[in-house]
Amino acid sequence: MAIEKTLIIACGALAREILSMIEINGFNHMDLKCLPASLHNKPNKIPEALRNKITENKHLYQNIFVAYADCGTGGAIKKICDNENIKMIKAPHCYSFYAGQENFNKIAEQELGSFYLTDYLASNFDTLIMEGCGLNKYPEMRDLMFSNYKRLVYLSQINDAELDKKAEAAAKKLQLDYIKITTGYGELANFIDNAAA
Amino acid sequence: MSEEDLDLRSLDDSELCEQMWDDLYDGLADEICEAVNILLERGWQPYKVLTEALVEGMRIVGIDFRDGILFVPEVLMAANSMKSGMKILRPLLAESGAPQMGKIVIGTVKGDIHDIGKNLVAMMMEGAGFEVINLGINVAVEDYLAALEEHKPQILGMSALLTTTMPYMKIVIDTLIEKGIRDDYIILVGGAPLNEEFADAIGADKYCRDAAIAVEIAKDFINKKHNQTAIA
Repeated sequence: MAIEKTLIIACGALAREILSMIEINGFNHMDLKCLPASLHNKPNKIPEALRNKITENKHLYQNIFVAYADCGTGGAIKKICDNENIKMIKAPHCYSFYAGQENFNKIAEQELGSFYLTDYLASNFDTLIMEGCGLNKYPEMRDLMFSNYKRLVYLSQINDAELDKKAEAAAKKLQLDYIKITTGYGELANFIDNAAA
Repeated sequence: MSEEDLDLRSLDDSELCEQMWDDLYDGLADEICEAVNILLERGWQPYKVLTEALVEGMRIVGIDFRDGILFVPEVLMAANSMKSGMKILRPLLAESGAPQMGKIVIGTVKGDIHDIGKNLVAMMMEGAGFEVINLGINVAVEDYLAALEEHKPQILGMSALLTTTMPYMKIVIDTLIEKGIRDDYIILVGGAPLNEEFADAIGADKYCRDAAIAVEIAKDFINKKHNQTAIA
């Protein structure tokens, strides 16, 4: 028999933030299961992994929510969620739901050549970007991959001096200007609140 | 003998070509330039160097990319090496009147600055004998229209990496329809979040999953067009 619990299926890059919200708010009826954050670099692999995760869990939970934005899947996540009648985050990517869509548009309009980091990406920059994009192995690829970018925008969820340092170091490695914008959890917080209700 | 000691001049033509495929695969731009010059010194036509050494090498890279053996960084390094070789060959190809497959205007749509895939397509197209007019990034509809008017290509290629920018392709196609010139062009689209369904929905002729496929599709369309012209 299905238990009366809510499941959030999320990108691993949101795990710390969602767990923190569950804990702070005492959402004891809510579980979190994540897909690997490394899929950030391979969005074409997200839909199948998500579909499998939903199938594995839908008989175990009364409610399932998907804490993913479109994340470069060209509407594939929405299609899965629509078919399963599951709510997801209405946004193109995590940068925009952290910053808020309107605010994000303003940031992007200021400088189209903005490369974004969140807390997770700042913390895992070396693994996901330097290694993941092959920049450690081929430093000359910086110009091929990042020459159209002008600045690194760190969208910060929590104020953490260590993360600030990492984000600033990332900007230096990519030879980009650096700015930090504190966003908090933005629209992710509303999404988790609604899922808990 | 170590890799560094390998004297490219000691290889015969066929061995040198095979070595170039390996060097492209490993992204060794200096070695590619040296080998291109050696083949030219040996009297090879620039077009032969392009097709038998560089394009064939990139074809192998393309297969291993499709099969998941190589990843984007390795493909980019290979492409960068081919670009170095092309730098030497381009003026010679123009002088020698090498065969042209057709002409393509290509660009990343407005609001999008991602051009790795698009540049890869541009280079592979050039290697396959297309004249490529690369409009760069953040290309507005009026700039596409101006380029089509000026260069009169057979193919328009559009690229986008963002879910937020891919709908701009429809704006471009709708504008072409409004102006009554949509059918004058073969419209190919590509980019990570796109798929066949999206290409159909916006009225493009074809979605291209990767650079190698884009070249094959472009060639097919051009050949069909030639056949149709011949029948007419």
